[in-house]
Amino acid sequence: MFSIKEDRSKFPTKKADGTLDIDLDSQKYVKIWQGPNHPGITGNMALELTVSGDEVVQSKTHVGYLYRAFEKLMERRKFIQCFPICIRMCVPEPDINEYLLAASVEELGGIEVPEMAEWLRTLVLEMARVTILLRGVPGQGGTMSLGMGVQWGVYVRDLMLDRFEELTGGRVYHMYIAPGGVRGLLPSGFKDRMEEVLKKVDEFVVDIDNLMFNNAVFKVRTKGVGIIDKDWIDQYSVVGPNARAAGIMRDVRKDYPYLKYDQLDFEPHTETDSDIYARSRVRWHDLQTSVDLIRQIMAKMPEKGEIRAKTPNVLHWKIPKGETYQRIESSRGEYGFYMVTDGSAYPRRINLRGPSYNSAMVLLEKMLVNANISDVSSLMVSLATCPPEIER
Amino acid sequence: MSIKDILSPFSAWKKVIKDPVTVKDPFNDRPGAPRYRGFHKNELDKCIGCGACEEICQNAAIDMVPVEGIETVEGDSGLRPMVDYGRCCWCALCVDICSTNSLTLSNEYTWIDSDPDVFRFIPGYDKKEWDNSKLGWTKPKNYDLNTYERVEMKELHPEERDKSFIEFVKGYSKEQAEAEADRCIDCGLCTATCPAHMSIPEYIKAIRNDDMEEGLRIMYETNPLPEICGRICTHKCETVCAIGHKGEPLSIRWLKRYIADQVPESKYKEVLEQGLEITPKSKKVAIIGSGPSGLSAAYYLSRMGYATKIFESLPEAGGMMRYGIPSYRLPYDQIDKDINYILSCGVEIEYNVKIGKDITIEQLEKDYDAVFSGTGLHLGRSTRIPGSEHENVFFATDLLREISLGTEIKVDEKIVVIGGGNVAMDITRSLARLQNQKYGKVDVLATCLEAEDIMPADREEVVEAREEKAIVDPGWGPKDIKIENGKIKGLNVVKCLSVFDDEGRFSPKFDEDKKKFFPAEMVVESIGQGMDLTYIDSIKDKLEFSDRGRIVVNEKYQSSLPWFFVGGDIIKGPDVINGIANGHIAAKGIDEFLNKK
Repeated sequence: MFSIKEDRSKFPTKKADGTLDIDLDSQKYVKIWQGPNHPGITGNMALELTVSGDEVVQSKTHVGYLYRAFEKLMERRKFIQCFPICIRMCVPEPDINEYLLAASVEELGGIEVPEMAEWLRTLVLEMARVTILLRGVPGQGGTMSLGMGVQWGVYVRDLMLDRFEELTGGRVYHMYIAPGGVRGLLPSGFKDRMEEVLKKVDEFVVDIDNLMFNNAVFKVRTKGVGIIDKDWIDQYSVVGPNARAAGIMRDVRKDYPYLKYDQLDFEPHTETDSDIYARSRVRWHDLQTSVDLIRQIMAKMPEKGEIRAKTPNVLHWKIPKGETYQRIESSRGEYGFYMVTDGSAYPRRINLRGPSYNSAMVLLEKMLVNANISDVSSLMVSLATCPPEIER
Repeated sequence: MSIKDILSPFSAWKKVIKDPVTVKDPFNDRPGAPRYRGFHKNELDKCIGCGACEEICQNAAIDMVPVEGIETVEGDSGLRPMVDYGRCCWCALCVDICSTNSLTLSNEYTWIDSDPDVFRFIPGYDKKEWDNSKLGWTKPKNYDLNTYERVEMKELHPEERDKSFIEFVKGYSKEQAEAEADRCIDCGLCTATCPAHMSIPEYIKAIRNDDMEEGLRIMYETNPLPEICGRICTHKCETVCAIGHKGEPLSIRWLKRYIADQVPESKYKEVLEQGLEITPKSKKVAIIGSGPSGLSAAYYLSRMGYATKIFESLPEAGGMMRYGIPSYRLPYDQIDKDINYILSCGVEIEYNVKIGKDITIEQLEKDYDAVFSGTGLHLGRSTRIPGSEHENVFFATDLLREISLGTEIKVDEKIVVIGGGNVAMDITRSLARLQNQKYGKVDVLATCLEAEDIMPADREEVVEAREEKAIVDPGWGPKDIKIENGKIKGLNVVKCLSVFDDEGRFSPKFDEDKKKFFPAEMVVESIGQGMDLTYIDSIKDKLEFSDRGRIVVNEKYQSSLPWFFVGGDIIKGPDVINGIANGHIAAKGIDEFLNKK
C-alpha cells in the first residue's frame, strides 16, 4: 500500500545543497507534464512530474496560464465596478467573491446591510456551495473514470442554475451580491421550485453514496491514499473540508459566524482518516448540510424587506482610509479578501487569500512524492484546488 | 470492504428505465428567466443620452454616439449608448444606473452572425427581434445606486421671515453640500443648457473634494457673479438635470452658493489671480449699466487687459439685481461681494450718470474704442384697464427700486398685485412683509392670467408667498379697477380660459360669466417690463431693430454699429444668467473687434 511517508531509499539521493540528484540521462527517470490542459486538472495549471516507473519522485506545480490581473484591475475600478470582475477569481463558486467584496466595502464604508439582504446573501452562498459540490463530490470519482456520477451531478447542478437564473438573472456569473445589498427579492414561487431541486439533490446524495462511496474500486483507490498528516494542518494552513477530514473542526461559519449563520442550526461534518476518501466524504456531508441550510434559510427568512442599504452615489463612492480582512467558508475552506483603501473612490489593494494556493503550490508537491502516477489527478481533486483562484 | 461495496454501484442501473434529462429540441428556444440579463434594449425617446451607463461600465463596452434622427436639445445630449458585445459582461450595472430607466436587458440570449461587427450595436436604434421583449432585467424595485431625494435646504420658518427682509434661505452645511454634490452623475446636460455654459459637474466635483478655491476658480471662468447666481439664478440647469427624471434634480444653484459662501472676499484675489498675467491694452471700453451683463462684460474685458469703465445711473451697482430683487432673496452684502471683486480688477465705475442726459452716446463713441450697453428692463408695463391710471396703481419695478433705495413706499392694508411672474411674487412678498411690519397682518393678493400650473414664476416662489400668508389666486383676467369717490375699492376680474392661441401667440380668452372681485385699496401691476432706449435716440437711425422693437445684434452681441455692443435683458432673458452669458460673449466680440480695428 502506498504511504506518504518519505522513503527515498530507492529514489534519488539528496545533493549537498538539498536538491535531488536526478539524472534524466540515466533513463531511470522521466519527466511528464500533467497540464496545463488535462482532464485531471481543474483549470489551467501544470504539474511537472518526475517519475520513476509509475511513481512520482518529484513534483513541481507551475501556474501562469490563467493570470488575468483581476486584483490589479480592481485598483483601477470604482468599488461598484469591482463586483462584475471579482467573481471571475473563482469561476465555479463566484458568489463568495461577490460577498467578500461587498462585505469589505461595507465594513470600511460603515454600511449596514438590511436584514433581508443578509438572508438572501446567506441563501445564495449556500446555493453556490451546493452548485460546486454537485460537481466536486462526483468529480472525485471522475478522476478514476467513474464519470457517471459527474453526469448526474451536472444535471442536478443545472436545475440549481435554473434557480440562480430566476433569482439573479445569470446562471454562472450571478452578480447578485453587490456592495450595499443584493439585487432582487425572491421571485414568486421560488421556494417551491427550490424545494423540488433540493429533493433532486437528496436523491443525488443517495445515488452517489451507492455509486461512489460504497464502491470497492473507489475505496481501494482512495482509502489510505493521500493522507494529510495532522501536523501539516497548521503548518500548511489547511482549512475547511481538508482540515475537517483530519478531525480538526475548522469552519468559518462556526468559528467566525457571518451573515445569518449564527441563527442556523448545523454541525459541519468531520472525519479522522485524512485520506482522499475522508475528504470526499466530508464534502458529501457538506452537500447535505447545505441542502438543510437552504431549507432552514427559506423557512426563517422574512417574506419582504429592504434589499439595499443607502449608499453614496456609486459613481463617486469614496471609502475612508482603512484596511480589513473579511473571510468566508467557501466549499474549499476559509477564503478571504484583504482590502486596503486610501480614502479615494478606488480600492488601493485587494488581495485574495484562497485555500487552493496552499493546496496546489505547497501541499500537493509534498503529497505527490511517492504517489502512483495514476493517483495524481485524484490527489489534486481531493484537495479541491481551483487554479483560477491560485492566480487571479 | 464488504459485499455491499461490490453490489451497491450496480444500483445505477435503475437510471436505465428513467427518461433522459436532456431535451433534443434544436428548434424551440428555451426562454431566459424573467429576470435574465440578456441583450440590451433602449427606449430611444425616453433616453436622454446622459452617459451614466457609459460611465459605470467597467468593461468600457458602452460608447455614447450620435444617432440619426435624434437632435441635441436642452436636456438631451442627442447621443445614445452603443454596446460592444465583445466587451460586455452583462452585469446590468448600466441598467441599474440608467437615469431614465430607458435601458433594460431582454431575456434573449442567442444571437448568431458571421459578421463580428454587428455585435457592436445601438440598442433601440438598430432594430432587433428582442426590442419588444417583455421579459428581462430591469432595475430592481427599491434598488437605487444613487440618491434621488434632495438634501433639504433649511429656511427660516415663515413666521420668522414674514416681517423682515433678512435672507431666509440658510445655505448648506459642509455635510449637506457634500451629500448633495454626491448625487451628480457628471453628465453635463446642465452645462449644455446653462446660458453661460458653466462647468457645473466640475465645480460640483470640487465640493466633493472639499476644494472650494478650485470650485471658485472654475465658476469665475464663465460667471463672475457666483454669490448672486447662487441665490437667484433661474437655474435652467436644474430643469434638465438627469437625476430629475427619477427623482428631484440636484440643487445646483445652492451648491454654487455654497462654494462662493465658503471663500471669504479677502481671499478672492489670492485664489483667482494665482499665476494670472494680464497684458494691459491701450484701448478703452465703456459699459452702460452695471447689471449682470455689464458687470460680466466689464470683468472679462478687464481680464483681457482693456481699460473698462461702467456708467451707472443709480447710486449703486447691480442693476435689477440690486433694485429689482428683494434682499430677503439676495442680500445686499452678497451683491457687494461679487461687485467689489470685479471693481478690484481695475474696472472703473461712475455712479449717478445717465447716458443721453449727462453724457451723450456720441461722446462715449468719441472717448472709447467700443461701447457695451446692458441697460435692462426697468420700466413697468401697464394693463391699461379702466382705473389703471389711478395714483394708487403702481408698477412693481418702481416699488422694488424704491424699497432697495431705502425710500418709504406707500403700503395700504389691502393690496392686489396683477402678475404671475417672479417680479410679481417679489413685490407680493415684499408688500406682505411691509404690511406685517405696519399693520401686523398680511392682506395682499396676487392674481394673473395663467392657471396655477403654467404660472411663469418659479414654483417655490409661489409656495413661499403662500407660506408668508399672501394669497395667490391665478387664472383670472383683470377687467377694471373699481373706483368710488376717487378711492380704489378693488379689482374686477373674469375667468381666463387660455392665455395663448394654438400658434403660441399671446391671445387670452375669457369666460365673461365667471366673475370675481378682489377688494383692495392699492393695485400693483407686474405684467412685464419695458426698456428705456431714449439714451440712444441720436443713433437710432443707424441701428437695426426687430419687429418686436429689440435691437438686432449678431452672435457676438454686436449691433449694426460695429462699436456698439448690446446685451442683457434688452436682448435676451430677462434673467441674470443670460445677462452674464451675453456679457461674456460680447466681451470676446469686443476683443475681436478691437483687435481688427
